[in-house]
Amino acid sequence: MTQLTMAKAVNEGLRRAMADDPKVLVMGEDIGKLGGVFRITDGLQDEFGAERVVDTPLAEAGIMGTAVGLAFRGYRPVVEIQFDGFVYPAFDQIVCQVAKLHYRTRGNVTMPLTIRIPWAGGVGAAEHHSESPEAYFVHTSGLRVVAVSNPQDAYVMLRQAIASNDPVVYFEPKRLYHAKGEVDLGVDLADAPPMGLARVAREGSDVTLLTYGSQVGIALDAATAAEDDGVSIEVIDLRSISPVDYRTVTASVRKTGRVVVTHEAAREAGVGAELIASVTERCFHYLEAPPQRVTGHDIPYPPAKLEKHHLPDLDRILDAVDRVLDRPNSLTGVFEP
Amino acid sequence: MTHTLTPTADLASDIEDVARLLTPDGERIADPELDRWVQDVDASALRGLYRDMVLVRRVDTEGVALQRQGQLALWPPCQGQEATQVGTARAMRADDFAFPSYRETGVVHVRGAKPADFVLAWRGEEHSTYNPYDLHTATQQIIIGAQALHAVGYAMGIQRDRSDQVSVAYFGDGASSQGDVNEAMVFAASYRAPVVFVCTNNHWAISEPVTVQAKFPIAGRAPGFGIPSMRVDGNDVLACLAATRWALDHARTGNGPAFIEAVTYRMGPHTTSDDPTRYRDKDEVESWRRRDPIARIEALLRGEDEFDDAFAATVAEDADALARDVREAAMTATTREPITVLDHVYAEPHSGIDEQRAWFGAYLEGFAADEVHAETGEAAR
Repeated sequence: MTQLTMAKAVNEGLRRAMADDPKVLVMGEDIGKLGGVFRITDGLQDEFGAERVVDTPLAEAGIMGTAVGLAFRGYRPVVEIQFDGFVYPAFDQIVCQVAKLHYRTRGNVTMPLTIRIPWAGGVGAAEHHSESPEAYFVHTSGLRVVAVSNPQDAYVMLRQAIASNDPVVYFEPKRLYHAKGEVDLGVDLADAPPMGLARVAREGSDVTLLTYGSQVGIALDAATAAEDDGVSIEVIDLRSISPVDYRTVTASVRKTGRVVVTHEAAREAGVGAELIASVTERCFHYLEAPPQRVTGHDIPYPPAKLEKHHLPDLDRILDAVDRVLDRPNSLTGVFEP
Repeated sequence: MTHTLTPTADLASDIEDVARLLTPDGERIADPELDRWVQDVDASALRGLYRDMVLVRRVDTEGVALQRQGQLALWPPCQGQEATQVGTARAMRADDFAFPSYRETGVVHVRGAKPADFVLAWRGEEHSTYNPYDLHTATQQIIIGAQALHAVGYAMGIQRDRSDQVSVAYFGDGASSQGDVNEAMVFAASYRAPVVFVCTNNHWAISEPVTVQAKFPIAGRAPGFGIPSMRVDGNDVLACLAATRWALDHARTGNGPAFIEAVTYRMGPHTTSDDPTRYRDKDEVESWRRRDPIARIEALLRGEDEFDDAFAATVAEDADALARDVREAAMTATTREPITVLDHVYAEPHSGIDEQRAWFGAYLEGFAADEVHAETGEAAR
């Protein structure tokens, strides 16, 4: 085991994937000499050369579309989108080509792309640098979508994403890049839990708290705080948000009977909406209270000085926990929809 | 005279300032840039190009007829563009890789399409019938211009494999406005990727004339990206062949991308759903009928006494036979089982799809059980 930051864990994941498979190449803006704006590709161009660590023109559709062509040719491109808010120019290529080519060609053409996206807020960034666009990709069949919450998962799930013959959108929470954790770089990928499996991050008995990415740490803090109050929260780190591991989710909900979902992304038609709809279909008779969502507001991402009022924090999660437990909360006596 | 574009060139709809080896009347004329690329093209080879074009036109006619008869949902006619499609595609090596758009019927014919490949997508049976790796040809692209980037990416792979293959991106004048096509040229030039861009300027993007897309010949854009280009008469199959050979050779020998604008005309509607009488003059269409690409090569061959009615009849018979096979493929097509809509969404097992397959399978079986009940006279569930 080694202590690594998440940034370094992703870097190691890329390095070892490239060393293992000559068809893996990395492409994106400023990823060569600079090592990427977050230094995730630091040292890779020196080690593997400019043909495999490709500085691209500043055109996201171009990056994605040429990655499609490389995949056509048998390569496994790992695409870095510099920031979450910059992925939209590539959206057409992702939705119409990356996601559909395997289906369109009856399986003759595979698209083993990994699309890495430095993701979400909480870092005081400029506009367009703090977005949570995951629901767009979750809604698109043909893609797999994962979000990592710790260095070990970041390393293993990146390796698994690159090895997958399906396209994987891989979200890296920017605010966790410098968080350290134990990483087993020698892990046998075949023995590691598949990236499609959720992880029970903390066991509990009263409320199931579903989340992913950077919200996992906040959810765990909320669970710790709730414990002082005599409430036992089970935190599930979904890891994969498409597909969702409903076996793990429903087992938890059937045990607790209460569900709270939290994510940074806006609420309307978000991942939380899908999770609650699916949980309700599967566990309706086990539910003791209406499921609750704790999300970003339905607003464009606000200016950095205000982002703390947008991001769902520990207190907002606990407020929702109070709601599913029918304890006094922010809505008590205020709002009856 | 040079055909390299200069800022003094005329507007995008110009049809005279083009490289040409055959006049509209089929007279062979010299061109210092193009001649060297077709010195080996003898009468037999020219008859081969004629045959290709007649076959493509016949398939196209059959496609329109099949749509009118309700056998196809849609058909995008390529009539008038046969020389562009056949001439450029015949220049390619079998192991080069083509990225065609939906209208490139002639390209997929040259690349080896089977009769069913022309019609099953338009019938709505499959999105794609052939395996792209069998024909070295991607599935015909419907998103305008998206395939230009795929061709460049494929060419970047060719570079990494140290291969001398070339990829070819086909798109139209409308696509020249798309970001993807412009980004493709940026990437191709930046990496000197072995890719040839073939822009078919057929003058119309559904109802919009090329002058809506461009105020300067489209070929003139390529040099701005650092890509040499040629503007060629797209109804002159020999010039299209020559220009593409030039471009492929340029790319194959490590000089990076090349660009061809083939100036031609879409004689038919955009698709069978379109009504071009709403937006263009009959006179314009008639003027292009006099520039017919098949008549042009026939006139050349007849003038050289290399073409007779017996040959024409043989080719017509071959074309009819192919059309019959195409019709047969459409009429005898069987629609896949409903459960197969869930096939190939992912390459690897996927819990969400597995679950939907289990449900949909059980649902479909419920109907099957109902049919059994109906046949045996028992009450349905």
